[in-house]
Amino acid sequence: MPEWRTYTLSDLQSFSLQTYYRLFELYNAAIWPGQIVALGSGLHLPHWGSGLHPRRGRLIAAILAGCWLWIAIGFHATRYSTLSWVAVYFAWGFGIEAALLIWAGVIRGRLVFGPRVDAIEGAGRWIFFFALLVQPLIGRLLGREWRQIEIFGVAPDPTAVATLGILLLATGRVRWELIALPVLWCAISGAMLAAMGAPDAWITLVAALLAVTLAAWRTLARRRSQRRAI
Amino acid sequence: MSRAATLSRRTLLSSLVAAGAASVLRPLTAAAPPRLILTRPIPSSGERLPLVGLGSWITFNVGDDPVARDSCTDVMRAFFHDGGRLIDSSPMYGSSQEVIGYGLRKLGKPSRLFSADKVWISSGGRGPSQIEDSRRHWAIPRFDLLQVHNVLSWEEHLPTLFSMKAAGRLRYVGITTSEGRRHAEIERIMRSHPLDFVQVTYNILDREVENRILPLARERKIAVITNRPFRQGSLIRGVERHPLPAWAPEIDCANWAQLLLKFIVSHPAVTCAIPATSRVDHVRENLGAAYGRLPDEAMRRRMVAHVEDL
Repeated sequence: MPEWRTYTLSDLQSFSLQTYYRLFELYNAAIWPGQIVALGSGLHLPHWGSGLHPRRGRLIAAILAGCWLWIAIGFHATRYSTLSWVAVYFAWGFGIEAALLIWAGVIRGRLVFGPRVDAIEGAGRWIFFFALLVQPLIGRLLGREWRQIEIFGVAPDPTAVATLGILLLATGRVRWELIALPVLWCAISGAMLAAMGAPDAWITLVAALLAVTLAAWRTLARRRSQRRAI
Repeated sequence: MSRAATLSRRTLLSSLVAAGAASVLRPLTAAAPPRLILTRPIPSSGERLPLVGLGSWITFNVGDDPVARDSCTDVMRAFFHDGGRLIDSSPMYGSSQEVIGYGLRKLGKPSRLFSADKVWISSGGRGPSQIEDSRRHWAIPRFDLLQVHNVLSWEEHLPTLFSMKAAGRLRYVGITTSEGRRHAEIERIMRSHPLDFVQVTYNILDREVENRILPLARERKIAVITNRPFRQGSLIRGVERHPLPAWAPEIDCANWAQLLLKFIVSHPAVTCAIPATSRVDHVRENLGAAYGRLPDEAMRRRMVAHVEDL
């Protein structure tokens, strides 16, 4: 049997679940009241998306990019890296997603939000609000202290899930180049939490699976309608 | 049952005298009887090590958390208090080395410490700087033992470690693997290099090393450190649902941790098992396996059969 097949998820686990929760507790205490600012701006994102201002897509992309960049530096590089050397690579991944959001959304204006066109857009809105309001509560219900919960905009999991929701809200072609890294993070985070025996490990995995399914569905539907138009 | 760990006549006699005195004095002083921790010699030097050490994988990786760092210090304090010596870590274990250094400073750098760390980097040229970083994290003048972690780039690292030993900047050299990986390569290195230590996975269910590695270690006079004694906790969680066997007191086991550890350290080739924990009560339980009677071969077979049947 090849050696790599002898490794399991638990072999990649280098700290305990309690330590991971304490990481968020100390982080939340250090950045307070940044969570309120992040949550407040998050609650306004769909509202700005449904508005009429021509630059609303750029504004949303800029806010999301700011969140991803903050998490890259303020969480992964500064905090998480004290527990795992892999966090440096996570910081790079989050930084790249911030750069992609700035490039595609802010500079090129490719994130377009308009009137509701399909059910997937509605699903994106639900995923977004789930990440903002429900995901932190599930963590609390499944054993985390209030001080240990993860909040959109400053913590990686709800930010990744909320980003997927926002990207499904956008009209036009599915932005796979923006979806890829949030999905990858959800898979990595879910797998790590599962290895540590976290009861809420399934959240990011299900969210990522749902987002990919919906995005693929929209891509196929769009191709079909383009063929019919020809 | 045999007391399998080697005891010199002098230490045995002094132990008996002390135990006798304690049994007389106990009603007056209510103090615990003095006990001698079981040790086994490092074959290459004769230096004796307690049969149970302290691992740091996962449990000591607590980052900058001051509360958790103090808890780890409490674990180390109890470990040294109960007679422990060998603490094992690695650059792979996140902040564990820094947390050990923090604890050692708080405990006044206990002279009992036997420091065991690893080099874990694919570039041989960067090995010395990684070792120096590790030493600074521990805040000690030199390591007692350095091991090539998971035989990564061992061809490049072993010459570095042997030259450090020759220069007096290191006392012992070893290699490690875990969960049965690369045993054939480990064997080749054991046969071809003058190693002081080898570290492998060995517990009551994972016994592959009994076939070749442990006999080879005895033949080549190499000390053996055994990791994953509880399979990262899953083994002990599995057995703790069941009552301790009625014969456990025959080998002075008061709990499952001691039973599982006594199985490991009763193998004559094993020098030290290194369970990891973040709890003071658990480290005391673990150290308890280095006291009292050890199982003989018949009892070891009985222990395996019992645990496999659970």
